[in-house]
Amino acid sequence: MLEGQIPIEDYESGNTKNKWNLNKIKLEHKTISEYNYIKKDIQKGYANRTLYINLNEGIIKEKKVTEDMKKLFTGGRGFGLKLLWDSIKSNTRWNSNENELIITTGPLCGTTQYPGSGKSLCLTISPSTDIICDSNVGGFFGPYLKFAGFDAVEIQGKAKEDVIIIIDGEKGKISIETAPLEETNSHMISQQLTQMYSSEDDDKSRQKISIVSAGMGAENSYWGCLNFSFYDIRRKIPRLKQAGRGGLGTVLRDKKIKAILTKVEKFDGVSNNPADSVTLAKVGTKLHREIRDLDRYQCNMRAVGTVHLVEIMDEYDLLPTENYRFGSFPKASKLYSQNFYKLFTKIIPDGCWHGCTMACAKTVDHFTVMTGPYKGEKVTVDGPEYETVGCGSNMSIWDPLWVLEFNFYCDTYGLDTISTGTSIAFYMEMYEYGILNKKRCDGIELCFGNAEAVLEVIHRIASGDKGEFISIASKGIRRVKDWLIKNNWGDIGIIEDCGMESKGLEYSEYVTKESLAMQGGYGLTLKGPQHDEAWLIFMDMVNNSIPTFKDKAEALHYFPMWRTWFGLNGLCKLPWNDVEPSNNPKTDDPSKVPEHVQNYVDYQNAVTGWNVDKEELILQSERCYNWQRAMNVWLGRGSRKDDWIPYRSMGPVTVMEYISRRERYDKYLNEKIGISEGKIEKMKIEEKIKIIYDYRQDQYQKLSDAVYYRRGWTPNGVPTPNKMKKLGFTDPKMLKILKDKIITDEKAGLNIWGGKYNNKEKNPNDGIKYW
Amino acid sequence: MTIEVNGRKIDWIENESVTKLLKRMKYTFPLVVVKINDKIVLRSDFKIKVIPDNSNIDVIHMISGG
Repeated sequence: MLEGQIPIEDYESGNTKNKWNLNKIKLEHKTISEYNYIKKDIQKGYANRTLYINLNEGIIKEKKVTEDMKKLFTGGRGFGLKLLWDSIKSNTRWNSNENELIITTGPLCGTTQYPGSGKSLCLTISPSTDIICDSNVGGFFGPYLKFAGFDAVEIQGKAKEDVIIIIDGEKGKISIETAPLEETNSHMISQQLTQMYSSEDDDKSRQKISIVSAGMGAENSYWGCLNFSFYDIRRKIPRLKQAGRGGLGTVLRDKKIKAILTKVEKFDGVSNNPADSVTLAKVGTKLHREIRDLDRYQCNMRAVGTVHLVEIMDEYDLLPTENYRFGSFPKASKLYSQNFYKLFTKIIPDGCWHGCTMACAKTVDHFTVMTGPYKGEKVTVDGPEYETVGCGSNMSIWDPLWVLEFNFYCDTYGLDTISTGTSIAFYMEMYEYGILNKKRCDGIELCFGNAEAVLEVIHRIASGDKGEFISIASKGIRRVKDWLIKNNWGDIGIIEDCGMESKGLEYSEYVTKESLAMQGGYGLTLKGPQHDEAWLIFMDMVNNSIPTFKDKAEALHYFPMWRTWFGLNGLCKLPWNDVEPSNNPKTDDPSKVPEHVQNYVDYQNAVTGWNVDKEELILQSERCYNWQRAMNVWLGRGSRKDDWIPYRSMGPVTVMEYISRRERYDKYLNEKIGISEGKIEKMKIEEKIKIIYDYRQDQYQKLSDAVYYRRGWTPNGVPTPNKMKKLGFTDPKMLKILKDKIITDEKAGLNIWGGKYNNKEKNPNDGIKYW
Repeated sequence: MTIEVNGRKIDWIENESVTKLLKRMKYTFPLVVVKINDKIVLRSDFKIKVIPDNSNIDVIHMISGG
């Protein structure tokens, strides 16, 4: 035990204890389907098979993982893309019978020697975007799924009544059982099933179970997240991590799955059967020491988790407040990390998978719930993380205890905090302008800062409220925009510009107005505006180190490819750059953290026995990244029009926003656009806003041009067959889809660059048709 | 009497240390690398290293975030 750590037997969480008649609940289960399989050891990180379940017909079967599949798709998210491609159609939508929910692992997933190695990658066709959404998540499920015998599980079809799926790695048995009496909300059902299915009545047995669930909010909205449990032997409860983005939980509940449970017989540091366990231990130990020695002087993740970012974002004018109108706020200090540090339970290791010394999964124990169905109960709140706190500031709610309440309910209801918070912030701004009002909001006064109103919206969604506003609001910003426009309740420009969604997915919590590269980091993405592809604000806005379109395009090539790699392998990205070696500043390219990149080369080779270099890691990602874009094209999206972003992410929409940063924007008009100070002095604010609006829209199109060119895509953003062949793809169906799309675009005049180039400027390829 | 910080000109202040410059620029992010005329300044020297006039300063914020 580490110094200062609390012994297991001495800790009491103080949470309310739930008592259920679990025998009675279990007796109501009816087995729909069963399948026995032969247990096998993992070989160099791979189980070498995936699990297919069809809920319509009760089919359960194994699929072989081929060497070709490993070569082209590596694992994790890559395997998910391959399985989806083989199973869905171009017109498949989120609630189509053939849509799949896929949970994948990755060859490095489940390693205990290297921090951040317990991630699962989940994929489906998203209700928000109609394209593939991928979302990563911690917790024990991914590693246990692999150690139970499978690199991925894909679930197709829909059950007729509520079911649970049990993947029992102890017995080598899969079963689908009806589950009529279990709770739906995640903090309850994960406790029930953990107790019900543990082999012995002790914590060690309970620790060998992990559960995926989504609550009542997921059932009644497009914001459904998946909760992945990990049993905490000190708190004696299953805690929860979320695959938040894109409505994965909505798809889970649409399939009438209450939970998926996996259970292992045993696992240890060599369960992955690595090719070279000595190197693996050496690389891991080096990073463990680095985190131990340096984290407290760097990001302080071990003490406060990602919440350390709140004060930094506020200082740099990047913390979204009042629906991204501003990037800092006088009251923001109320949400700084020190206020959450006071609430977090301390001196308990907080990793979401074994062996993660970064341990950023913070919790607040015995939190007294203030509203809703669990009012008065004492619960453990997992988090908050930065993004959830950012939702508080975005809705102008500055109370840390309220953030915990919001966090708790979003989690247990299975609601993605980001989509929920960003959407409600937009509704609040529309309320301020009179485009929404109390009547149109089903009697809720949804103005900025109204903390009670936000919770009422969430409770009403979870209860299945059929009011017109709740029904539409719960489907997210895009649907609300269409509803407001259809009813002619407000200016279309204001509605489109202020609602922070792209491709139908809500933005995560960063203000991007002054960073063109980060606008691309949100817009020129596969699934929509989530920061997991690229976070370039500091490189661009502060360091000024990627000034040209070409520089920005290079960053928007490298970083999305690099970050994609973590999802192919079952890893967390935080140990890559949220701690850095002390000699990192002296390296050639500190922003890439070269020593850690080399760690990952050594790590992948040590587990798989391959002999790859850092360039091959990028190639692994590039294959999957392009394949996913190509699939988006096949699904009817994945071109320039789909990479549109709302103007609020580029610049000031309203006069108030302009005035709040007047000096900055006046200087911009002078230095960037070349308007004289005298002329600026005489201009109306509205005129200035219009000039910056047009200029920045063009900048974004020029950035898109440069990025498409760098990625080897057409001017309309379509991966070319040549590019796909170079990456090793020979699938004739996919190559034909891309070729046909490019011909169609050519006829429609869409294969042209989007920026307006003057005589001194050149478009990216100077007119040569490489596509 | 100016210095350039991350490509942007600002006033030079006599006897200003790296720590004070970071404070003036509101650069509170902990993972920064500071270079004065392309030479790295050790973090342990931030308080004592004085910024010369006309110097070119890079304050490289590591990515982190997200």
